[in-house]
Amino acid sequence: MSTTILLTIISLSAIGSIAAIILYFVAQKFKVFEDPRIGMVEEALPAANCGGCGYPGCRGFAEALVRADDISPLFCPVGGNDVMTTVAKILGKEVEAKEPLVAVIRCSGSFAKRPRTNEYDGATTCIISSNLYSGDTGCQYGCLGMGDCVTVCKFDAIYMDKETGLPVVIDDKCTACGACVKACPNIIIELRKKNKKDRKIFVSCVNKDKGGIAKKSCEVACIGCSKCVKVCPYEAITLENFLAYIDPNKCKLCRKCVEECPTNAILEINFPPRKQKDESIEGTEQVKSSEKENE
Amino acid sequence: MNRLITVSPSPHVYEDTTVKRLMFDVVIAMLPALAMSIYFFGMGAIIVTLVAVVSCLMFEWLIQKFLLKQEPTITDGSALVTGILLAFNVPSNLPIGIIILGSLVAIGVGKMSFGGLGNNPFNPALVGRVFLLISFPVKMTSWPVPGGFNTGYADAVTGATPLAIVKEGLGKGDQLSDLMAQVPSHMELFYGHMGGSMGEIAAVAILLGFAYLLFRKVITWHIPVSILLTIALFTGIMWMVNPQTNADPLFHLLTGGVMLGAVFMATDYVTSPMTIKGMWIFGIGIGVLTVLIRVFGAYPEGVSFAILIMNAFVPLINAYVKPKRFGEANNGK
Amino acid sequence: MLKTFAKGGVHPAECKYSEDSAIVNLPLPKTVNIPIAQHIGAPSKAIVAKGDKVKVGDKIAESTGFVSANIHSSVSGTVAKIDDILDSTGYKRPCIVIDVEGDDWNETIDRSTELKKEISLTDKEIIAKINASGIVGLGGATFPSHVKLSIPDGKKINVLIINGVECEPYLTSDHRLMLEKAEEMLVGIQILMKALSVNRAMIGIENNKPDAIAHLTALVKNYPGIEVHPLKVQYPQGGEKQLIKALINREVPSGGLPLDVGAVVHNVGTAFAVYEAVQKNKPLFERVVTVTGQLISKPSNFMVRIGTPVSQLIEAAGGLPEDTGKVINGGPMMGKAVNSIEVPVTKGTSGILIMSKDAAKRKKESTCIRCAKCVSVCPQGLEPYLLIKQTQLEKNDKLEQSGVMDCIECGSCSYTCPAGLPLLDYIRLGKSRVSRIIRSRKQ
Repeated sequence: MSTTILLTIISLSAIGSIAAIILYFVAQKFKVFEDPRIGMVEEALPAANCGGCGYPGCRGFAEALVRADDISPLFCPVGGNDVMTTVAKILGKEVEAKEPLVAVIRCSGSFAKRPRTNEYDGATTCIISSNLYSGDTGCQYGCLGMGDCVTVCKFDAIYMDKETGLPVVIDDKCTACGACVKACPNIIIELRKKNKKDRKIFVSCVNKDKGGIAKKSCEVACIGCSKCVKVCPYEAITLENFLAYIDPNKCKLCRKCVEECPTNAILEINFPPRKQKDESIEGTEQVKSSEKENE
Repeated sequence: MNRLITVSPSPHVYEDTTVKRLMFDVVIAMLPALAMSIYFFGMGAIIVTLVAVVSCLMFEWLIQKFLLKQEPTITDGSALVTGILLAFNVPSNLPIGIIILGSLVAIGVGKMSFGGLGNNPFNPALVGRVFLLISFPVKMTSWPVPGGFNTGYADAVTGATPLAIVKEGLGKGDQLSDLMAQVPSHMELFYGHMGGSMGEIAAVAILLGFAYLLFRKVITWHIPVSILLTIALFTGIMWMVNPQTNADPLFHLLTGGVMLGAVFMATDYVTSPMTIKGMWIFGIGIGVLTVLIRVFGAYPEGVSFAILIMNAFVPLINAYVKPKRFGEANNGK
Repeated sequence: MLKTFAKGGVHPAECKYSEDSAIVNLPLPKTVNIPIAQHIGAPSKAIVAKGDKVKVGDKIAESTGFVSANIHSSVSGTVAKIDDILDSTGYKRPCIVIDVEGDDWNETIDRSTELKKEISLTDKEIIAKINASGIVGLGGATFPSHVKLSIPDGKKINVLIINGVECEPYLTSDHRLMLEKAEEMLVGIQILMKALSVNRAMIGIENNKPDAIAHLTALVKNYPGIEVHPLKVQYPQGGEKQLIKALINREVPSGGLPLDVGAVVHNVGTAFAVYEAVQKNKPLFERVVTVTGQLISKPSNFMVRIGTPVSQLIEAAGGLPEDTGKVINGGPMMGKAVNSIEVPVTKGTSGILIMSKDAAKRKKESTCIRCAKCVSVCPQGLEPYLLIKQTQLEKNDKLEQSGVMDCIECGSCSYTCPAGLPLLDYIRLGKSRVSRIIRSRKQ
């Protein structure tokens, strides 16, 4: 009996050690040299694997960062400037600070404001609906309301408001990875500068129809009246195809256009309630000065 | 116009088949076999079936509601089918506790752990059955002898199945012809007068169910026929080579759940291949494995194991056996 | 044993309510909206401007390439505007809007009804004539007909197949045409045979139209080379590839065209339009449209001018029922639900189907139980359950390998799925993604 046990132990140990030796040599032979910095960079990245950088996962981005001579075109939107500085330190390269961005929904056509003209009853994704026809309202440009943006968001930063049928971005959670921008077939989502205190002014409409048609299909559509263009002191607003667009780089958040818009298509977000007209201009001055301090 | 018209992608008409209807068709197809088992095993059959069905439904509901936090879908009938199938696969005098445990394993491990209906690689009822067979080998193989409708639940007389009698006897070196004299005649086997699991005994009732399933186009004939053909062919060859030690093919077809397995278990949608060619491979595999286990294996009965093993191959079959595409081979000029 | 195609297919309830209603001319509308993109290929270019006077049959938009077609005015009157208008594709597209004034036809059109049998033109002239008359496939695909008749060098055609299958439930426009305009259609087929220089034509008709089969079988005795073939009722037999398989048992290779197997397929409606264009000099500006549905009080077949609003057809068939759920341009399997009943009839409109609210609802979705029914009904031998998974996961290269581009969008898989999955919705999405990839690869 004891010999059986002994034999078993010996033979198994022998097999084990032979296998270990073979494995060791095989591992040596097939060893792949890897830049240790890739691992370090990956460590520094947020590990969200969101693809917001344009690479497949954080690992892919880390490899790209290590490979690149100039890393300034590369940016991790989730980690933001902090992470990029850390990465730059690891790699000994330069990186510029970038303005933090946040997704905004450029459509205000809620159930109340934009009457439905038909009912959609297909697969509940925006992309299939948009491949089929112009949508269940008179406006063929606006939000389709089936939440493809919500599905792709990995940070739970966007949800559908059941009351309005429109998606809502939770600014604090949004990392500006851009997944929703890519997912939206009507391209109504845009990444815009976060600004101080998350203050934003933008045209919440993408309707390119003529004024009358746009207005008929949606109460809060941009009708291309060009009033905002005229009132803007910074020439930040352009009008194309009956649709106004505020350039975030030129806009100084003066809020003049918001008041001027006859259809309330321009939204101001996170501003204090308006007081007297004079004071509000003063307020903008403050914002401007504080922005300068930031830079 | 104040009323809104609906817009949706084509097609705009649908066949009235639903998952629910398919499942209830399967239940209807199982009724003759259930009736036969009640006829032969009495109260025990009713109690076992009820317990299995109720506990399967309950476990599915509990797991979906509290563990997975889904909308419970027990009304689709799939848990009902699993419950009846599980009952079909156990002796009619199995203690209630064991049946409930089997249901838990069938639904919890066999089905819900993979994500519920449509995602389970193995037939849930068989997972439950095999679990019980391994855990409670004695209870699971002490088959009540058919005692008629008035047999009570606990007082059934137990005996071996025909397959077990033959297998054990041959192991001891008995003559096959003597052993065949101990087991019921082929006619008796056909209408189910033998010891065994509840649903597997009456071949005639199962064939009736098969005909119903075919008529309602719930299943195609390929899987059952390929299994039965393979078993008949395989055992037939062995019988011709040596009729002294190998039972005849008809005996193999009529005993030990071959019919039940081929018609109700192997044809489970979720765990069977998608293409006709795949179905043939699947069926032949089950047939061969069944005979191998029966003739060379430790268990007298092998259908459950054979189906489970082939279930594991289904994803592979689906990946490699593709339907012939239109225009793939250009036969025109 | 009747012929049919080999693989898959379904048999939806036929519901041919309008098969006994003779074709009636629909009264002229007040205005017509004629889209400039009514066919597959490059959209035409409008050659009229606001305020121009046009007559019936005048060319108003010009083809802009080989795969494109001319468009002719269907009415006489004044061009009111050229504007983006919602059409049956579900999008706003440029349309020529004409206010109707009287019914003044272009003088070159022969309006007599007498049958003209002698074919005086040569094959080249026939094709040129068909091209000039703006004829496209009237079965619904709207592929410009002259393209199908121009056989590239090195290809040999030995049979012309005429599609009288009408496998879509409800629709009867081709059926009525075969009964009422049979002789004209047969001359049209002869013209097509001459254009292709083939001496054999096969008309495939499904067995649910015994009167059309009998009528044509009696008539073809006088037309050598033309045969009538009854076919077993099976959807989608009207698909080009399926019809070729059913009639001459040849399989069009994946990604190939019917002419790769020596066949050309035309619809019976197209054959009739060819007759009118070649023998009567009448371009394509009207077509037969079935207006039908369970709730429609007078299921009818109308001869309709292109550009007429659908609402007017529904009015003529007894009005829009109270319980309308869906209005479909085409048949229930492949037709397109429109989002307004004001959309115009186009060259591809073979029928207008009204469905009740209940019938319009989709089945409730549940999970896939891998029942393999979609695999068994797919006439192209694809695996829809796999295609939907791969589309959802955006596995585009796998999707291409799985043959998604071979899908003919017949809808049999969605029709049969017991779990009510939107299989075709996703397969279409997958197709559009894969075709975009293929296009970018070619560049």
